[in-house]
Amino acid sequence: MQLSLERVTKKVGAQTWLYEQSIAPQPGAVTVLLGATQAGKTSLMRLMAGLDAPTTGKVRVSGEDVTGVPVRERNVAMVYQQFINYPSLTVAQNIASPLKLRGEANVKERVGELADKLHIGMFLGRYPQELSGGQQQRVALARALAKNAPLMLLDEPLVNLDYKLREELREELTLLFAAGDSTVVYATTEPAEALLLGGYTAVLDAGELLQYGPTAEVFHAPRSLRVARAFSDPPMNLLAGQASSAGVQLGGGLALPLALPPGAQGPVTVGLRASALAVGRPENDRPNGVELQARITLAEIAGSDTFVHLDSQAGELVAQLTGVHRFGLGELVLLRFSLADVYVFDAQGDLALAPDRLNRGIA
Amino acid sequence: MARIDLDLAHAYRPDPKQESDYALLPLKMSFADGGAYALLGPSGCGKTTMLNIISGLLVPSQGSVSFDGRDVTGQTPQQRNIAQVFQFPVIYDTMTVAQNLAFPLRNRGVPESRIRERVGRIAEMLELSGQLGQRAAGLSADAKQKISLGRGLVREDVSAVLFDEPLTVIDPHLKWQLRRKLKEIHRELRLTLIYVTHDQVEALTFADEVVVMSRGRAVQVGTAEALFERPAHTFVGHFIGSPGMNFLPAESRGGRLQVAGIELAAPVSLADGPVKVGIRPEHLSLTTEHHPGAVPATVQRLQDIGTCTLLTARVNGGDMKARLANGSALPAIGQTVWLQVLDLRTCFYRDDQLVA
Repeated sequence: MQLSLERVTKKVGAQTWLYEQSIAPQPGAVTVLLGATQAGKTSLMRLMAGLDAPTTGKVRVSGEDVTGVPVRERNVAMVYQQFINYPSLTVAQNIASPLKLRGEANVKERVGELADKLHIGMFLGRYPQELSGGQQQRVALARALAKNAPLMLLDEPLVNLDYKLREELREELTLLFAAGDSTVVYATTEPAEALLLGGYTAVLDAGELLQYGPTAEVFHAPRSLRVARAFSDPPMNLLAGQASSAGVQLGGGLALPLALPPGAQGPVTVGLRASALAVGRPENDRPNGVELQARITLAEIAGSDTFVHLDSQAGELVAQLTGVHRFGLGELVLLRFSLADVYVFDAQGDLALAPDRLNRGIA
Repeated sequence: MARIDLDLAHAYRPDPKQESDYALLPLKMSFADGGAYALLGPSGCGKTTMLNIISGLLVPSQGSVSFDGRDVTGQTPQQRNIAQVFQFPVIYDTMTVAQNLAFPLRNRGVPESRIRERVGRIAEMLELSGQLGQRAAGLSADAKQKISLGRGLVREDVSAVLFDEPLTVIDPHLKWQLRRKLKEIHRELRLTLIYVTHDQVEALTFADEVVVMSRGRAVQVGTAEALFERPAHTFVGHFIGSPGMNFLPAESRGGRLQVAGIELAAPVSLADGPVKVGIRPEHLSLTTEHHPGAVPATVQRLQDIGTCTLLTARVNGGDMKARLANGSALPAIGQTVWLQVLDLRTCFYRDDQLVA
């Protein structure tokens, strides 16, 4: 099924909710709509579902114009942040309802299978109101999956769940999506969730569609500063610099000998992902790539990662280190990064240089 | 500020008989004066029950709560002098930001000059200084929640400030800043802070000590480092870390371990019998065939998650995950690899408790 939105806009009164944009989610794959709250994710999804008509532009399904065709006349499954179930039906009946509607065989078996994947197998005989919010949301998800609609729209479906449950369900969902052939559109505010879901990502910000492409590609080569900001957690480190034919000069006299495209001259912004920074104590370190002295202002151990906040000659930076690392406040350390990991954005905020992923680690 | 001691249990039903009748199983716990604590666990683990008992919103069905050695079990939150911040903003829309922040102080008859000073300081810490004169009604959800946080922190004479999932409505980027702010504020004001969350990043970055809870029990109280490196219970290993710790069933006999269908030398002394081998995805590495302490596995999935590549591999006994550094050589799907499951950081569990 090929859904395509062509030059759609959405205005409500004097306010623009969606600026003109076109997007055709990859058929049979997952497309993540990534952006902060009010970026336009839900508005865009409502156009896709046929819940709202665009102010201008067209919505097509497999070439056919469905602009303004109401949702009930189209085969779409949608799960909202706020879960919706049939209160008078048991969990099993809720999940079974789309299967029965289609007259499918082995309903009981399919229901059991889906319920197990979503960890609600033990509640099949209960009614939705006897379950916690998170459990009800999983019933709604199971029913949407049972519907096996050619287009499945999920609006932050895991947002109300515990973080650990979210992690487990995300994994199950990715496998279920991969096994099915539905076109899935999945809205989230979390960059990590987009990366784990894989597939394709559309980055939205303040009603604009900024970039659409394979998730890893958008992450590794964000087209602009705005995309880089929206698609990084922790936030990408951004430093002001001056570009010349010799490379980029950063604050505090730090020079990065980079080969920039001819147009990138004058003021630029250098971007470094927190995970591209390595921190070592000076005495045990050997030179590798760019090095600078920095002072620890805060070390946050966050489970799998340690976030180290640093003050350096080039400005304030955050490094993300794998595992647990102890540092003292005010401790002087050596900060290292490879030139192959540097992003450069020009004065307009457009990407001028992306990390060289093939030569990573080679200074 | 106060040191808080709990020696209690709580059941929402009368006459509890079995463990599952308790929302909070009998426990003894102390929160030091001026400390920053987090209660971390999934929904239904008892963390909110514990918070409500500390605040005085809930009277425990048995036992006592004391503040600085004084029994406060029957006292209300006002009598205990507790400030609270909830999941959603609790502010007055018709008041300005400054009036909202000043409200808890005016209520207590603090002199105006002192109020101005205190409100100014809190506003500065939370970066609300530019909005002090604005009506709260027109502000974004994020800004409103910042006011709620400010109201919780504005009084210096409180026994403790309790936070119930305060960053739920906040966007990831602002969350990142606010986490850091709260930590700075704690360092400056030295209030006793207790923070309830199901989010490990919030808990571990905020607190000096984290209480990990599961099914009405505090399964481990420790620093972020201890919870990550030496989880005392398999639940902690699973709950802390993304993804959580890998566990493999094994059988220990005479210094040898039967694990994943092969026999390895046990790196530590273990009593004979079944054990679970726990190793974190961050510590699990690829190695050469038949390397000591390694088991064979088949590669199932490889996910580029930006900061690293997440490998899922099937071994005899379950799936294991490993975080492979960016730039490292990646195996192919379906390929047989060897995973270094035994090393100095491997943990061993019996009946879910850490034994070595």
